[in-house]
Amino acid sequence: MQSFKITINSKQIAVDLPEKTALLSMLRNELGLSGPKLGCGEGECGACMVLVNGKPQTSCNLPLWAVQGQEVTTLEGLGQDGRPHALQQAFMEENAGQCGYCLSGILISASALLRQIPLPTRAQICQALDTHLCRCGAHERIIRAVQRAAKTEGLP
Amino acid sequence: MSAVVPRGFTVDRNDGRKVLPGNLHTNRKLLHWLDFSQPDLVRVFTGKVELGQGILTALSIVAADELDLGLEQVRIITASTLEGPDEGMTSSSISVQDSGSAIRHACAEVRFLAIQRAAVMHGISVNDVHIDGGSFSGPTGLVLGDYWQFLKGVNLDREYEGLSNPKPASQLKLHGRGKVQRIDLPDKVLGQARFIHDLRLPGMRHGRVLRTPSVSAQLTNAQQPVPASVLEQWSKLSVRCVVDGRFIGITAANERDADAALALLRQQVSWTETGSLPDMHGLADFLRNAPHETNYPIQKGDGLGVGEGVSLARDYLKPYIAHASIGLCCALAQWDGQCLQVWTHSQGIQNLRDDLTKALDLTREAIVMRHVEGAGCYGHNGADDVAFDAALLAMAHPGEPVRVVWSRADELSQAPLGSAHLVSLRARLTDDGRISHWHHELWANGYSSRPGRAMVPTLLGASQRANGQPIPLAINPPLAAGGGSDRNAVPGYSFENTHAVNHRLTVMPIRTSAMRALGAFANVFAIESFMDELAHLSGQDPLQFRQLHMTDPRSLAVLDAVVNRSTWWHQQREEGVGHGLAWARYKNTSAWCAVLARVQASETLRVLNLDVAVDVGRVVDLDGVINQTEGGALQGMSWTLKEAVQFDRTRITTQSWADYPILRFSEVPELNIHVLDQPDQPSLGAGESVQGPVAAALGNALFNALGVRVRQLPLSQDHILQALNEPA
Repeated sequence: MQSFKITINSKQIAVDLPEKTALLSMLRNELGLSGPKLGCGEGECGACMVLVNGKPQTSCNLPLWAVQGQEVTTLEGLGQDGRPHALQQAFMEENAGQCGYCLSGILISASALLRQIPLPTRAQICQALDTHLCRCGAHERIIRAVQRAAKTEGLP
Repeated sequence: MSAVVPRGFTVDRNDGRKVLPGNLHTNRKLLHWLDFSQPDLVRVFTGKVELGQGILTALSIVAADELDLGLEQVRIITASTLEGPDEGMTSSSISVQDSGSAIRHACAEVRFLAIQRAAVMHGISVNDVHIDGGSFSGPTGLVLGDYWQFLKGVNLDREYEGLSNPKPASQLKLHGRGKVQRIDLPDKVLGQARFIHDLRLPGMRHGRVLRTPSVSAQLTNAQQPVPASVLEQWSKLSVRCVVDGRFIGITAANERDADAALALLRQQVSWTETGSLPDMHGLADFLRNAPHETNYPIQKGDGLGVGEGVSLARDYLKPYIAHASIGLCCALAQWDGQCLQVWTHSQGIQNLRDDLTKALDLTREAIVMRHVEGAGCYGHNGADDVAFDAALLAMAHPGEPVRVVWSRADELSQAPLGSAHLVSLRARLTDDGRISHWHHELWANGYSSRPGRAMVPTLLGASQRANGQPIPLAINPPLAAGGGSDRNAVPGYSFENTHAVNHRLTVMPIRTSAMRALGAFANVFAIESFMDELAHLSGQDPLQFRQLHMTDPRSLAVLDAVVNRSTWWHQQREEGVGHGLAWARYKNTSAWCAVLARVQASETLRVLNLDVAVDVGRVVDLDGVINQTEGGALQGMSWTLKEAVQFDRTRITTQSWADYPILRFSEVPELNIHVLDQPDQPSLGAGESVQGPVAAALGNALFNALGVRVRQLPLSQDHILQALNEPA
């Protein structure tokens, strides 16, 4: 057992857990979050993507010791003041998904992309999302939704 | 216990009762479908389930339009065994047809009953009552009331009578128009608990099952498969172990302990394995030589033997492919000693319940099933199996809910696969370049081993128990239900002599079942590739060559539409770029689809454009149809270019995404979807028409670019190089 202090969605939390516990396991089990999803446990599909200090990282294979004292953002923490993030709004408006299981991770990576490149090209969007698997084939409308959000003013 | 009768693939409408629309025939009462007991809200029940295809949204549109209500006044309630209709499976792209039609007619009837009541209460004619936004008004525009007032005195515990026809298409406001927001997506985009994986019951235990490493693996030590030392260690950790034959499961109070226990089991349990799988590199030989039984989907005119009179003969091969859901199979169950409750993302809670009764020796009444959304499944994956796993473990822990989740490796190697499929085609051309004889012969396993259809359960865990019976051979739906391996084995062309022969394997070394489009994917790939080859052989344009053999106006129209609306099809091709086309009418009775592909080809294939036209009859949810078609096209492209499950002679070796690449964002082509709305024609399912045409259009475009024909899927670098090196 080890004590961890981590900032999750702007709130500091303290937990005592085995050192090798995966971040995703803590987020879903101890914190009861539903945003980040388990898809493979091997960091290969992107369903569990979260931001660590603003950078997208898969959380299913990320041990807690690696995020000690760091800032973690999940899908739940993307919006501000109770309002959804511009990306979430755009994904709803575009019906950008089919089953939706991959969307949490994709939204996370897209948010990091828009922070870095406010008006990305299609190629840049595809590159940023290339580690994410979507089995339903919703790629085209996901790209469209990211483009739509990029054009929205007042992006947090 | 009463014996559960196996369910058929189709509803028998010749059962002596008056034939009612859609699934009203089997769920005849209005209260099966509609409930107005809550204020300002109509609850609409369906036995169909959300798989990511947007069916809940489409069915809500049907109800809202027919009742003249806003979508916000409609709450669609999905399948459970507690209330609502029994509609069997959500499969085969028939939900809008069967459930939609029932809801449409039930709503029309209730609307009429409410109008009738309003007219009587206000002493006016039924023709003078108008409804808008759920508000009833009289001839002078006077507001009379609403559904909830007028239906108070109407008992919906009555059979549908057909008192009033549904509205004509011209009066439907939401159908086929613009973009309706999907009901389920906001929760998923905002991170609300909506998936079965997010369902957490109080006191829930976490279950895991150690799967056999290969299908025929036996425990080396069947007497005590789990060492006593391990069991002793677990007793201190609240980990409990359930062993029943080759079924070894554990539960733990927390998920990490369950995962750790499973990892330990994997190390400690020893298996004895024998090679029982076919040679992955000799699939065509395996399929052709395996024992099989045969049926003949069409025998029109003269047959065409091998050899003399054959202008061209070609074989096409599809490997085993995986459903490869992004989510992991998951289920929850709770047993109180008398009643088993199951939460599942199965495509057929009723079928699953039937198999659970057989496997667990319970009555139907003792099992309550609820559907909870999972990730997209695209057919019969492990969703049913994991529900059995959860049920069996829950019955070992009375009172405590148990949640079981599979691993990625189990997902890819333990769930049923889409069958390998060999098609051998031959044809005779006349001197003037027309096809006079066509012969289609195919070999594949059956495309369904879904629960509920056999005397024996088809659940993986049930087959592995001490008293378990082997999973029955996969079967095929009858042609009346669209067929299975022979789905679309009958070409959509009017050849004078047409024969199709379907050999269903009677051995099943690799477990197969329903995967999206069933046999249509391989058959359409073969037929439409072969049409291209015949056009090339006879020096004809592939489009005109097809049109020459087509008579059905909607088939011609969908092909015309995709060609005429394409911005690139008529342009000069650049070096290394190829164009290909293909089309089919799904199941020969459902949606029409035509596809154009533009590819850049060297030893690898890059897809630049996919243009698709579909005719699904009357469109209910326009964006839903486009979404399904886009998704089907991209998934079909993924199968075509990349996918094949790998195995050695003992085990399925596809265990992770690294072993099973699927389409990525950087590979997505420009997509154009054209929906041909036919408001006065019956609605047809939109989920499965495009995969076969996409495969063939890609193969044809590859040929057009490189001059080589790849007849073995996937159209991978290996297969392209192999074809390039073959003598012409």
